[in-house]
Amino acid sequence: MADAALKIDREAAPLGAPEPAPMLAVNNIEVVYNDVILVLRGLSLKVPQGQIVALLGSNGAGKSTTLKAISGLLKSEDGVITRGDVTFLGERINGVSPDQIVRRGIFQVMEGRRIIADMTVMENLRLGAFIRRDNDIKNDIERVYAYFPRLKERTGLAGYLSGGEQQMLAIGRAMMARPKLILMDEPSMGLSPLLVKEVFGIIRQLNRDLGVTILLVEQNARVALSVADSGYIMEQGKIVLDGTAAHLAANEDVKEFYLGQGGGEARKSFKNLKSFKRRKRWL
Amino acid sequence: MTFQLLLQLTINGLIIGTLYGVVGMCFVLIYKASQVVNFAQGEFLLIGAWTCWWLLTYWQIPFFWGFLVSLAFMMLFGLALQIVVLRPLIGEPVISVIMVTIGLSIFFQALMKWMFGTFAQPFPPIFSVQKVDVFGLQVQTAYLMSTGVSLAIMAGFAWFFKYSRMGLAMRATAFNQQVAQSLGISVRQVFALSWGISAAVSAVAGVVVGIVNGVSSALSFFGIKVFPAVILGGLDSVLGAVVGGLIIGLLENLAHYVDSQFLKWGNLYEIVPFYVLIIILMIKPYGLFGTRDIERV
Repeated sequence: MADAALKIDREAAPLGAPEPAPMLAVNNIEVVYNDVILVLRGLSLKVPQGQIVALLGSNGAGKSTTLKAISGLLKSEDGVITRGDVTFLGERINGVSPDQIVRRGIFQVMEGRRIIADMTVMENLRLGAFIRRDNDIKNDIERVYAYFPRLKERTGLAGYLSGGEQQMLAIGRAMMARPKLILMDEPSMGLSPLLVKEVFGIIRQLNRDLGVTILLVEQNARVALSVADSGYIMEQGKIVLDGTAAHLAANEDVKEFYLGQGGGEARKSFKNLKSFKRRKRWL
Repeated sequence: MTFQLLLQLTINGLIIGTLYGVVGMCFVLIYKASQVVNFAQGEFLLIGAWTCWWLLTYWQIPFFWGFLVSLAFMMLFGLALQIVVLRPLIGEPVISVIMVTIGLSIFFQALMKWMFGTFAQPFPPIFSVQKVDVFGLQVQTAYLMSTGVSLAIMAGFAWFFKYSRMGLAMRATAFNQQVAQSLGISVRQVFALSWGISAAVSAVAGVVVGIVNGVSSALSFFGIKVFPAVILGGLDSVLGAVVGGLIIGLLENLAHYVDSQFLKWGNLYEIVPFYVLIIILMIKPYGLFGTRDIERV
């Protein structure tokens, strides 16, 4: 693959040729919850059209908050963007109401699936197409069933589906909206390794077949980097490292802190805690 | 003769019960969509009935058109009420919102008394026959119409929530507002619409009762009677509201029968629904059809 297209190194940007404008750009945003809790402190990232971009980081780093800042769902949790802006297809979208953001083509698959438990699979899918008024909805439902044949057999309430099926329904529901960009929050949560593999296979397929751009938030760095084109690593509300997926996966620190491999005995020992701390700051 | 009376009262109970059911559905609609316990539900009946009465007597509009205009007006009234009064309260504690609906109830009752006086006003005669004979029982034509209209409204509600895009959006909003927003549903629109529909449909009941009993502030008592019905059915169940309404309607009339034949206490009719309310809250606080969350193990 052309490495130049994937180059998102911030230091290198001024020197290189002007990149095509990314589909989504988050510029230096600051997010505050309840007027006092500063969660994102100057976060920037770019999602180029047609790519899968992974956003990795530990618990509480602010990954989900970043997605909610983009989709506008922050407001219902008493959060607000106090600085910086979010642009989608060249237009500023912070401050736009969440339902309008969905209409512009950004669809968030929230953490924990959040399917509507007291509705059937069919009703959930039809709700996914809420913003559409065209006549293609029936065909799209069939398309979702083609992706997830298992869902077609489930006629009861969605609340009784297994975790994996619920995740599939959540992804299918996102497909129904025909979004340009899907924000996916922890699709691997609570799934068995085999199902994780299946779900990520589908995510890649969605990206390739339908050309949907995906911003993927994950704890499971290994599987996320295996499908992503590029990635960002965030800590305490900031991006600390970015690069192509291959580049990140090869990085010693990423290997040690997120992939749980490499490093050797010396760096695992408590004696070398100083080195750990230094490295944790991603000098 | 007493059997005849029992039968008559049973029929009355079913007819009144469907009306309770309709108003109960309206109450549940608002509660489900926006989590507001609306103590001003009865005033919707009152305002709707007065509007229709005013159109019919002052403007001499034929009943059919006057009725439709009143419904349209009540729809707009409900929307406006939500947008002007309740929307700014989103995010405030539940108790504040409840106090506001109680305030609205008192305000509108006083307003109606100020505008139309305190005396019950009869509707101009609408049907050529006042009563019809059904299997040897006397049934008011207005009630017969109301049962037809109520059943149609119930079927309409069922269709709306099962198949229409907006109905599904309302259910999604009731399930979880953030999830609804993430699907592109405007929660504000859903709230406003639920108030609009609720006001309009309540007005149907208001007009029907008004035709039979005359229009007076007694109509708003219907809004209070609906409480036992919806709590019996389960506060958040539309089906429950209908079943609860029917049961309360029947119970009321059977109590009347027992009272008039045997007990001779007087007025048992009025208070039985509230005894039922207390008993239900003690033994089955979720009601018959109230939802408990699906818990997957």
